[in-house]
Amino acid sequence: MEKPKVATTSLAGCFGCHMSLLDIDDRILKLIELVDFDKSPIDDIKNFTGRCAVGIVEGGCCNEENVHVLQDFRKNCDILISCGDCAIDGGIPAMRNNIPLKECFDEAYHDGPTVYNPNNITPNDKELPLILNKVYPCHHVVKMDYHLPGCPPSADTLWEALVALLSNKPIELPYELIKYD
Amino acid sequence: MDKTITFKIDGVDVKGFPGQTIMEAADAAGVYIPRLCYLKDLTPHGSCRVCTIKVDGRAQAACTQPIAEGVEVENNTAELNEKRRDIIDMFFVEGNHFCMFCEKSGNCELQAMAYRLGICAPKYPFQFPDCSLDATHPDLFIDRNRCILCGRCVNASKVIDEKSVFEFVGRGAAKKIAVNADTLAGTNMAVSDKAAGVCPVGAIIKKRVGFEVPVGKRLYDTEPIGSDIEAKQ
Repeated sequence: MEKPKVATTSLAGCFGCHMSLLDIDDRILKLIELVDFDKSPIDDIKNFTGRCAVGIVEGGCCNEENVHVLQDFRKNCDILISCGDCAIDGGIPAMRNNIPLKECFDEAYHDGPTVYNPNNITPNDKELPLILNKVYPCHHVVKMDYHLPGCPPSADTLWEALVALLSNKPIELPYELIKYD
Repeated sequence: MDKTITFKIDGVDVKGFPGQTIMEAADAAGVYIPRLCYLKDLTPHGSCRVCTIKVDGRAQAACTQPIAEGVEVENNTAELNEKRRDIIDMFFVEGNHFCMFCEKSGNCELQAMAYRLGICAPKYPFQFPDCSLDATHPDLFIDRNRCILCGRCVNASKVIDEKSVFEFVGRGAAKKIAVNADTLAGTNMAVSDKAAGVCPVGAIIKKRVGFEVPVGKRLYDTEPIGSDIEAKQ
């Protein structure tokens, strides 16, 4: 029987949730017996190669590319998981949500104390994805099936969730595994 | 008047004394009723509604409702816990609660209540409100991003400290906590005041003591909020 596929991505996140996934230690050997990884930074597959059972999304949406990737995940995954606080509530990137975009750019590329920008350029190449007005949690953009809170969610949280889904059970986290920090 | 009043919470007999609220009698009997704005020693004002129970089928705030002979109280029911989850969800989306770097995380009553009720993510859309900070005081700061308007600081400052440093201003969605001067530094607030230590969230924080307790040993890391009360049973 073909193994179910798992895809992962990091949108406006810090890759901490992916680090936490690696933190399941030797259980990762058991995991690769149970699943194949499809599109994911873990195996560097860039595009979906087929239907995935589970999609794990780290980070919220801060630019148009994040939105496209997230929509692509929704299209290709049966179950989509918001993994970590950034995917759930925007997290640290969402701290800019009350600051006008212009001010953010000025601070980042012109006025910040460590900025070196002799030509005074604000990056605006057409290759660069456009920044959204705000950072959006994933479930503000597409339907998310599960939320795994934490910054990052602990390796045990991710393991429990994946094992539950792979055994066709709903994710029910015990008290110690629901943490927002 | 020495008289015992007997009533039921979720079908179990609970005894109390005249003048006690349902919350007080339940606490003494080891029955935990979830709450946020209520704090022992402060005047209860039933504002957060997390302690909503049903008394003979009618919704009441347990922190303000007096006990009465023979009434049947519903507390730990699926319906009431669902409503409590809704309220907690609203607190989360109506503020900017960045638990990942908050000094209060692990000791925060709002967070702990969400943990206890098993909330993985709020169901309502996030508002990302624009809130102000006041770090002018040498020993304290106010972060209104985290304020849930429970009124504990208002009550403690008025009744216990007798300083009236805090007061609500504005109405509805614009309601917020204000201080009795331009900034907190302009008030006679002291770090030793009762009002400095009653905040259930990280809205009033004592400076230079953040992250004192390591992760894993904080108040609600392993035991749900209310476990101390339930242990009395």
